[in-house]
Amino acid sequence: MGGKTSYYLQKFSIFIVLIVLFIGCSIISPYFLQSSNLVNVTRQLCVGILVAYGEMILIISGFLDLSVGSVLALAGVLSVATYKSTGSMIAALVVALAVAVICNLVNALFVANFNVPAFIATLGMQQVARGLVLYYTGGQNILQLGGFVEIGQGSIGPVPIPVLLIVLVTIVIWYLVNNTRYGRGLYAIGGSRSAAEASGINSKKSIYRSYIVNGLLIGLAGMIFMARNNAGLPNGAVGLEMTGLTAAIVGGTSFTGGIGTVSGTIAGAFIIGFLENVMNLLGVNAYIQQVIEGAIIVLAVAFDVVSKSKKSQKVILVKEKTEEKA
Amino acid sequence: MGDVKMRISGVEKSFPGVKALSNIEFSVRKGTVHALCGENGAGKSTLMKIIMGLYKADKGQIYIDDQPVDIRNPIQAREYGISMIAQELNYVPELSVEENLFLGRLPVNRFGKIDWKKVRRETIRFLEEEKLPYEPTQKLKTLTVSDIQMLEIIKAVTNNAQIVIMDEPTSSITEREVKQLFAKIAELKAKGVAIVYISHKMDEVFQIADDITVLRDGTVVSTDRAQDLDLDTVIAKMVGRKLSNVYPKEEVPIGEKVIEVEDFSQDGLFEDVNFYARKGEIVGFAGLVGAGRTEVMRTVFGLDPHKTGTVKIHGKPVEIKSAGDGIKNRLVMLSESRRDDGIVPVRSIQENASLASLRQYIYGGYTHKAKEKKEVKEMFEKMNVKAPSMDTEISKLSGGNQQKVLLARWMLCDPEIMILDEPTRGIDVGAKYEIYKLITDIVKENKSVIMVSSELPELIGMCDRIYIMCQGRIAGCITKEEFSQETIMRYATGVADRA
Repeated sequence: MGGKTSYYLQKFSIFIVLIVLFIGCSIISPYFLQSSNLVNVTRQLCVGILVAYGEMILIISGFLDLSVGSVLALAGVLSVATYKSTGSMIAALVVALAVAVICNLVNALFVANFNVPAFIATLGMQQVARGLVLYYTGGQNILQLGGFVEIGQGSIGPVPIPVLLIVLVTIVIWYLVNNTRYGRGLYAIGGSRSAAEASGINSKKSIYRSYIVNGLLIGLAGMIFMARNNAGLPNGAVGLEMTGLTAAIVGGTSFTGGIGTVSGTIAGAFIIGFLENVMNLLGVNAYIQQVIEGAIIVLAVAFDVVSKSKKSQKVILVKEKTEEKA
Repeated sequence: MGDVKMRISGVEKSFPGVKALSNIEFSVRKGTVHALCGENGAGKSTLMKIIMGLYKADKGQIYIDDQPVDIRNPIQAREYGISMIAQELNYVPELSVEENLFLGRLPVNRFGKIDWKKVRRETIRFLEEEKLPYEPTQKLKTLTVSDIQMLEIIKAVTNNAQIVIMDEPTSSITEREVKQLFAKIAELKAKGVAIVYISHKMDEVFQIADDITVLRDGTVVSTDRAQDLDLDTVIAKMVGRKLSNVYPKEEVPIGEKVIEVEDFSQDGLFEDVNFYARKGEIVGFAGLVGAGRTEVMRTVFGLDPHKTGTVKIHGKPVEIKSAGDGIKNRLVMLSESRRDDGIVPVRSIQENASLASLRQYIYGGYTHKAKEKKEVKEMFEKMNVKAPSMDTEISKLSGGNQQKVLLARWMLCDPEIMILDEPTRGIDVGAKYEIYKLITDIVKENKSVIMVSSELPELIGMCDRIYIMCQGRIAGCITKEEFSQETIMRYATGVADRA
């Protein structure tokens, strides 16, 4: 009985943290629970969640992407420029997705075919993409986006468009991770790439697919990001990969690979979002906020590692008990 | 010889809810080899961890030279002259021989500077003494496994160890290297060192042990002089029941050829390899480590490329370039290395089992979870996998149970041909027997099994035909009437060659 309770505590610990934080925030700040504030938090989180999904998929299979911020800026700016010259949202979307996917195909090429560590390959892309977008714009922001801003600022009825997009994307990603062979392959490759390959899983194909999915997410996030800022910002989204990584990791995605869930990642993103929001509401210094966020990442991982080693001991004991009975 | 070096007295250890060891009592004599036998989970490793100071015993006392000692960590254990050669060798592949040899105890002068001259001098002396043809500066990853093991032993002895614990020291070395190891052990014995020897290989235990203690379920079943015991008695004590027959081989009618491998070659690994397997047949592959058996099998299964040659299944040439291609052709392979190419450690036993047959459970855009769970569960029941639940992480199971999960993985693919590379490596006697039973059941279903093994008794006991490889070539193929360890070794060492 006690064992079962602690098992569920363990399994849902991230959501318990989220709920406690939610209650805590609403007590600390009277503004927190106002619907306008909550809608605002969610709106702000949209870009971060999209990016976090990409990182989550990559981390589960043992890779990562450090080029998110730059690629997002490149895709977003080119998308904005396309919209300004054609007036077509479809064309803007196609350009955003295509640019981000192409950058990620290059990442995948180096990671899968040349066995360059993902850390290095995407670190290079971070420079390349940022360089390209600055070169293209000459470092100048593109202003007055007109109808483009709808994708970031508009609403359908009471629901903000980006929130709607997040719901759709979440369903797709959840489905991909849980209901496809590709999804199962991610966990297996992250857990042990050689074992996965020896079981007939094509890891190269999986790497390409993961970076393509990551690219699609970043392309979409790029449009929302620029729209929310009502500008094409070639210097924007610096370090955004860290936001994504933080959400994924706080949400229980294991950096050693093979572990991670969509629900955990959303929870992770909201934990960060609520924290930022309540600190803003309380007027906490922005620099101090950064200090706190940094600490949270390390603490979350430390907690995860410690609780996992405790859990494993317990399982062994259960096993020994069953063997005794047998 | 004869004086008690170490005495374990009334040692008990409980983990919350489970008693791992109760009232452990035995003595290890100076200048003798004391074998510790028991199935996985019998408490051997817990006991060794207590001796090494990694766990603290709840009760009981360890005496060394009749003095009660309190060992709190491995450094103290070293100070008491206890040294352990672990099953998984501990070394840093990227460091040199000398650096590894002196790891953690590099001599320093009074300014804290490492005395490399001394290190070099001592290393050269040790290498010469042991006749190991290596340079002190050579990286350890360039040495053979058995030589690395020899270095570990040297390391233990240079620590001036009085008690050396060896945990499965022969699990990854060849028979000839085993001889070298045994010679070394004899040398240590002559110097009066007490050796605690843990092994699943009964023939070895009987070769070198002076005393045998059998552990079962955390208690000492008995301690006897080795000469008063025989193999069957020890096994019966270990498992608590008599195994009717060590090799449950059954005669199965043998049908037509299912797989033919022709003219297989790969530069530097193997050449002109030809073999076949028939329905209902267990075909063995013997040979020394490095003879190319695993390399051939990996290539046949599509994990590695080959230069020339064809694989025919039911007489038709097939293209196998990846494990996926192999599985499509109903050819599967249980890897030699369970940890590297087998288990996915952080995932559940269910996911590990269904990994190679996902196509059967994920189709039509949907995961048929109930079907997956049901089929995996049935397979686990058939294989007698012992685990708390389907969600248990595979790395939490014993080696034997992990191996059964991996066998289940391949059985779920419904293969016609199964390549089993060292299927019983590192698992205990009881589980071995169960795996032999499973292999027998597999061929009774008219499938073919190709079994690569370094344990000759196992090949002789289970196979219908044995190919013997030597230096990348098939040196010979023998049928049942010719089976004997001597014949196989003659081919394996290149003395005889029929190919």
